[in-house]
Amino acid sequence: MKNLKYLLLRRVTQIGLLVLYFGANAYGWTILKGTFGSSLLFGVIPLADPYTTLQVLATGFVLGADVLLGALIITLFYMIVGGRAFCSWVCPINMVTDLANWLRRKLNLDKEEVNYRFLKRRARYWIMVLGLIVSAIVGIAAFEALSPITIMQRGIIFGFGAGISVVIAIFLFDLFGVKNGWCGHLCPLGATYSLIGKTSLIRVKHDHEACTACMECKVVCPENQVLHMINKESISVTDGECTNCGRCIDVCNDDALGFGIRSFTKK
Amino acid sequence: MANSDNNRRKFMATTLQSVGLTALGGLLWSGYCDEAKASPLVLRPPGALAEKDFLDACIKCGMCAEACYNRDSNIDKETGKQRPGTLQMAKGGDHRLVGTPFFTPRDVPCYMCDDIPCVPVCPSGALDMPSLLDKKGELDINKAQMGLAIVHKESCIAFWGLQCDACYRACPLLDEAISLEYMKNERTGKHAFLLPVVHSDVCTGCGLCEKACVTEKPAIFVLPREHSTGKAGAHYVKGWDKKDQERVGNRKAEEIETHTKRSEKAPVDYLNKEIEY
Repeated sequence: MKNLKYLLLRRVTQIGLLVLYFGANAYGWTILKGTFGSSLLFGVIPLADPYTTLQVLATGFVLGADVLLGALIITLFYMIVGGRAFCSWVCPINMVTDLANWLRRKLNLDKEEVNYRFLKRRARYWIMVLGLIVSAIVGIAAFEALSPITIMQRGIIFGFGAGISVVIAIFLFDLFGVKNGWCGHLCPLGATYSLIGKTSLIRVKHDHEACTACMECKVVCPENQVLHMINKESISVTDGECTNCGRCIDVCNDDALGFGIRSFTKK
Repeated sequence: MANSDNNRRKFMATTLQSVGLTALGGLLWSGYCDEAKASPLVLRPPGALAEKDFLDACIKCGMCAEACYNRDSNIDKETGKQRPGTLQMAKGGDHRLVGTPFFTPRDVPCYMCDDIPCVPVCPSGALDMPSLLDKKGELDINKAQMGLAIVHKESCIAFWGLQCDACYRACPLLDEAISLEYMKNERTGKHAFLLPVVHSDVCTGCGLCEKACVTEKPAIFVLPREHSTGKAGAHYVKGWDKKDQERVGNRKAEEIETHTKRSEKAPVDYLNKEIEY
């Protein structure tokens, strides 16, 4: 029996957040109001998505102080503490793409993996910049106009409509198209959090002595290029792309992986 | 040497490819966004900036829609149940920029709450609170300009001579935003026409009249102001209005000479030389 600790914790967090947001609209709860674009925590603390904020700024509109402060709070949190944890602990699309990925493994679709040469993992950074340029040209927050993340979240809070098709499309793309296609290659929000989270303190640590090179962690990791040190050296994951999902820790049977605080002293 | 040339060629090719793909993606994306932006006539919450700026500013958080829905005054007094909120968040298939708030008066009009709950919660400034403050610095919903009601005379049964004043009675600014104009009905010789007239300087565009209208498809309906108002142009002057006359100063009509292409020709020539105006 494999350990499911972090997987379950993540699902509880993700679904719990959606329940809170849903309750804010349906029952008037005041714990967490709004959407991931911009929220109000306990009716006082503003929170805002940094990339959305940047897009609106790119359109040439200077936002209200609430949003700017909220974006700063979120940025600092992930910069100092969480890393790219938004993607695996908060984002609802993560549940869709994780399901697609799990099915890929069950259906053995990975064995026939095609080498999509045109779709590099760094494509998301291009899309991130492109989103800002398009926002500036067209004059609306460009990614928000098609973001499956907020479409899915608003769908859950306010009702889906035809927006559900976007979510299904991402599921199918990740299942039959590119492995980790959306989160790992395209999503500009993930790219933003990768950059923000580069310096964060909470890190997955690898113990080379304990590792038996079973490579289970690399199979489940959605960004397995960050696990380049497996069975090589005892260092922690430092790449911004690591989503801190902890799935590698769950599946490791040798206690070679675990969360820790980043150490800045070199060994 | 040959090898380095090859490398350079490869580098150029990949660079061009990346730039090309990015440009293609950007164009498609811009096209989509432009299309999504070109919404049909859509009514926004009170205090909303002009549509173009509003689309810039709205961060699509939905807090206005939540505030609209989650309030005591939103309880239906007759049934005691919560009625649907006025503000909806546009979703796929609504043909409006996805995630932005709007309302459809025929379904649920704006009930013009005194404290305007939807506006102060807006975090981004897309709903502009200062535009709704009166001289005392208090929120005044009557300053809202969500739209302007238009009466379609041909389908309004009051214009047929049937007695109906549903919109007039429904208007929260009764006798200010909609007044009734009395006219004699020549056909019957006795009954009077009660014709609804909307006053554009007072109408807030709440849509209560549209909701109340008894015709199959409302004969009075709210359109965004930019679509329901005309503009005469600055060169028309009301000579009988002292204030308006001041705009042109003390100039007399005889002193003003207008030079256009047409004025170079003699007026009578239009008959003989087929000059068109």
